[in-house]
Amino acid sequence: MADTTAMAMQGPSGPKPKRAISARNIVLYGFLIVAALYWLLPLYVMIVTSLKGLPEVRMGNIFSPPMELTFEPWVKAWDSACTGLYCEGLKVGFWNSVQILIPSTIISIVIASVNGYALSFWRFKGSEIFFTILLFGAFIPYQVMLYPLVIILRELHLFSSLSGVVLIHTIFGMPILTLLFRNYFAGVPDELFKAARVDGAGFWRIFFQIMLPMSLPIFVVAIILQVTGIWNDFLFGIIYAGTTNFPMTVQLNNIVNSTQGVKEYNVNMAATLLTGALPLIVYFVSGKLFVRGIAAGAVKG
Amino acid sequence: MTGTLSFIRNIEQKTWWKRRPKILRNLSAKIAALPMIAVALVGFVGCSVWSIVYSFTSSKSLPKENFVGFKQYDRLFDSSRWQVSVENVAIYGVCSLVFSLTIGFLLAVALDQKIRFENTFRTIFLYPFALSFIVTGLVWQWLLNADFGIAQVIRDIGFTNFELSILSSREYAIYAIIIAGLWQGTGFVMALMLAGLRGIDQDIWKASRVDGIPAWRTYIFIVIPMMKPVFITTLVIIASGIVKVFDLVVALTAGGPGGSSELPAKYVYDFMFGRANLGQALAASTIMLTTVLIILIPWAYLEFSQKKEESNG
Repeated sequence: MADTTAMAMQGPSGPKPKRAISARNIVLYGFLIVAALYWLLPLYVMIVTSLKGLPEVRMGNIFSPPMELTFEPWVKAWDSACTGLYCEGLKVGFWNSVQILIPSTIISIVIASVNGYALSFWRFKGSEIFFTILLFGAFIPYQVMLYPLVIILRELHLFSSLSGVVLIHTIFGMPILTLLFRNYFAGVPDELFKAARVDGAGFWRIFFQIMLPMSLPIFVVAIILQVTGIWNDFLFGIIYAGTTNFPMTVQLNNIVNSTQGVKEYNVNMAATLLTGALPLIVYFVSGKLFVRGIAAGAVKG
Repeated sequence: MTGTLSFIRNIEQKTWWKRRPKILRNLSAKIAALPMIAVALVGFVGCSVWSIVYSFTSSKSLPKENFVGFKQYDRLFDSSRWQVSVENVAIYGVCSLVFSLTIGFLLAVALDQKIRFENTFRTIFLYPFALSFIVTGLVWQWLLNADFGIAQVIRDIGFTNFELSILSSREYAIYAIIIAGLWQGTGFVMALMLAGLRGIDQDIWKASRVDGIPAWRTYIFIVIPMMKPVFITTLVIIASGIVKVFDLVVALTAGGPGGSSELPAKYVYDFMFGRANLGQALAASTIMLTTVLIILIPWAYLEFSQKKEESNG
């Protein structure tokens, strides 16, 4: 009882509440909702189209939901869609992409993390110069380096093989990943490193016992960055993998843009969704970490 | 006794350490940095130099050392296909820079108004960035399909004569690529801008409110100038991305109709692997490299001199 009187005496506190519906809010939310619809539309159309039968696709409106739900296009896209030469569907490309993705991600991150660590704590004469060259490499158009790398891979007997593509991804992933790890380790207090040095720990011991356990988040960011980047690659796959090893993106393009036969738009959209599925899942699951990944090199750099 | 011995041995070790040749000092770090050094020198510098050198040869399907001076460059600038490519990349570049920066900034400002569902909106605007350019290109190819795409919907509404031939039009095909590119990339610009806006000191806002300055004026005259570094970095990232655009054209128009939506990156690819005209492809790629360096070097210089000032001050 006494409490309520005390509160009534004080009256409401804080700023005057804003009205929910004001001209400003209508403009603001209107703009955001229109924009959101524009951004969602393609995804929606992809999903609806992939669930329709071909006659319905040809008859109807691309925005209308399927009258007869069918998963046939998905099965066909995965199992038996034709690229012009073979009719094995996307599954071949999927497994190729997996075989490229896993080693490329692991190798590039292992190398870049050690590199970033060496660049922040164990600088030697010239290390900064090499790093600057490496960063410039991130901006050089790939076209300049495509052919010499063909020659190098041929000399190493890796041209037209999955290992060749893995090597290429490791090379081109290095600038951004090294930058990512270097910036992260630069934020680790120097005292920690010095204390470990005084205790007699060397290069590798400090890395494995001190730096690794505390840098788990940045490894997650690096994995997100590499998984989406490598999965989405088209250029390196089409040049260095060889026809039997084409990754999923290349196969997808071959299926959809093949000039032979009837255009099966529903199968095409199912195939497109299948190819986009992995990066989309990574994106929706990882949320803010994804943003951190793509912004890491950009804003801090 | 043993204590003294070990002490002496210690000193010996110390001096041995000191006398180690320079190159062996910090050896583990150098070994760890070997991949980086190899990639920087062999991969980036070596390959670029190789391409520049061989752009002065008449190499066809295989590299040959018969130097012909600037002949490949003459042929390149005379080629109508290259001229179209350069023109297209200019249109694409200007449009995507202007629109992605404007829309991206507006979206970021809208998201920064302490709105509800901020995370949902941000997720929606950014998801295309996770997708491959191939996926983006194919979706838009379907949406812009003249027979069954958006065009048909508009015809169904009642505009029976409506035609959307953007993909089969020599003049407008490049704009289809721009639309698709903006759909994919604007969210990224928004994310960078939002990070920039969040980095602005909140006291600025309090001060401008006390002075009675309307929000839009605060944005234009105070916030945007403060965000200059973010704008410049974003600009450099978009610009270096524009030069590289390749997959999107391959998926959306394949350079067509009739080569009207070709871009330099595709020109290089086609001459290198399709037409077996290596010298020509390398000349084109060297021009691309030069363009990027013209953008990049002033920026790097600017960034570097700023950092130097900061560390001095």
